[in-house]
Amino acid sequence: MAKVGVVALQGAFREHREAFAALGAEVVEVRTPADLSGVEAVVLPGGESTTITRLLDLSGLREPVRQCLHAGTPALLTCAGLIVAAAEVLDGRPDQVPLGVLAVRVRRNAYGRQRESFEAPVRIAGLAGGPFPGVFIRAPVIEATGPDVEILARHAGTPVLVRQGRLFGATFHPELAGDLRVHQLVLQEV
Amino acid sequence: MPELTTPPTTGTARVKRGFAEMLRGGVIMDVVTPEQARIAEDAGAVAVMALERVPADIRRDGGVARMSDPAIIEAIQNAVTIPVMAKCRIGHFAEAQVLQALGVDYIDESEVLTPADEDHHVDKWAFTVPFVCGATTLGEALRRIAEGASLIRSKGEAGTGNIVEAVRHLRSILGDLRRLSVSGPEELPTRAKELGAPLELVREVAERGELPVPLFCAGGIATPADASLVMQLGAQAVFVGSGIFKSSDPAARAKAIVEATTHARDPAIVAKVSRGLGEAMRGEELGALTTRLAERGW
Repeated sequence: MAKVGVVALQGAFREHREAFAALGAEVVEVRTPADLSGVEAVVLPGGESTTITRLLDLSGLREPVRQCLHAGTPALLTCAGLIVAAAEVLDGRPDQVPLGVLAVRVRRNAYGRQRESFEAPVRIAGLAGGPFPGVFIRAPVIEATGPDVEILARHAGTPVLVRQGRLFGATFHPELAGDLRVHQLVLQEV
Repeated sequence: MPELTTPPTTGTARVKRGFAEMLRGGVIMDVVTPEQARIAEDAGAVAVMALERVPADIRRDGGVARMSDPAIIEAIQNAVTIPVMAKCRIGHFAEAQVLQALGVDYIDESEVLTPADEDHHVDKWAFTVPFVCGATTLGEALRRIAEGASLIRSKGEAGTGNIVEAVRHLRSILGDLRRLSVSGPEELPTRAKELGAPLELVREVAERGELPVPLFCAGGIATPADASLVMQLGAQAVFVGSGIFKSSDPAARAKAIVEATTHARDPAIVAKVSRGLGEAMRGEELGALTTRLAERGW
């Protein structure tokens, strides 16, 4: 049984925990570096990226999580989690230093405010079973991707699901979709 | 592979409730100026509530409390990158329309302001922007959800720095949820009548064992240990009103409450962040109050 560590400092970590548990994984909530012990896959959830970034520093998790992702541990990075892991963040706070492990440039809140949050189905490359329900909440936009980043899905012309090695980054929220296929993709890498 | 061109849908229940999920484990702070908003964001707030006066001052000043001046809300929106919420009066759908037009991220239909309608709350389904409402009991929470609220918070007793009412409301809501979850199907129509809530919603909640929307705590949080207490009781995030900017060192207290909310179940961390924060807000004994804000709404 795969052991999945969900970084649980702030945000929608419970939905990820339930999704991976429904797929038969053992799930632990990660709040301190010791919680990462034995973890075979990592989730950086949605939430408020400025808050999560600050709490990563305060809890001493920044470097252990960065090393984990850099070493190629399978990971699911959603919305704020994608921003936290990115190489470059636009429209962030000046002191918001991302982990720099996923070679993308993202712009925070690029669609607008909550009024502009939306649902739209997305077609994911290589995923059987039809379009995936995309839930976009004050979502970021991926404006550029590095050479090792594969684009698995787009919406309105921009990438919304990308893959770099075993890291999966989504600007939408598969944990709110009631559809476990994206979580399954990540678990297959363990 | 060609992308789909299905037009996006805004304002769905999933998008509204989903946004509330993103605030979980966080602290939403009342602010009255752009400077305070920046202090809140620096401290790690997940959102700010833009106000003209914090509840303690509304309580002190008396008179009719209304929606904030749009200029104040816009100045705060321009000062920070995190979500900005604002309050409308209970039942004042025109104030809510104004707040939606301003692009406020969440509307709090709040008992802290003077109610505008003594019979009807706002029809929250009619809005694209999500609503949070206060509740003191499960029945009240379910009525607000039936009206379209996508987030429930305890009312507590705002502006007092006294946690006792928030604890009472959380225990009441969560205790009644537990009782509902062990009720048989034949009991639910009677429970719905007692709760004053739609039977379909009562059935859904009885099956899930929890509300269909997140439950946060508001009203009286003044210290990191207060935040830890309500998170351990079952709140999923906290609103802090007067407790931060009525204390002697708001920046330090704001940071400490953020950390205590994340690490609510780790007393060593709560102890560490509680050291040397200066004076908390003075606070009020409930017996000394002339106005009980939590009694507004129904």
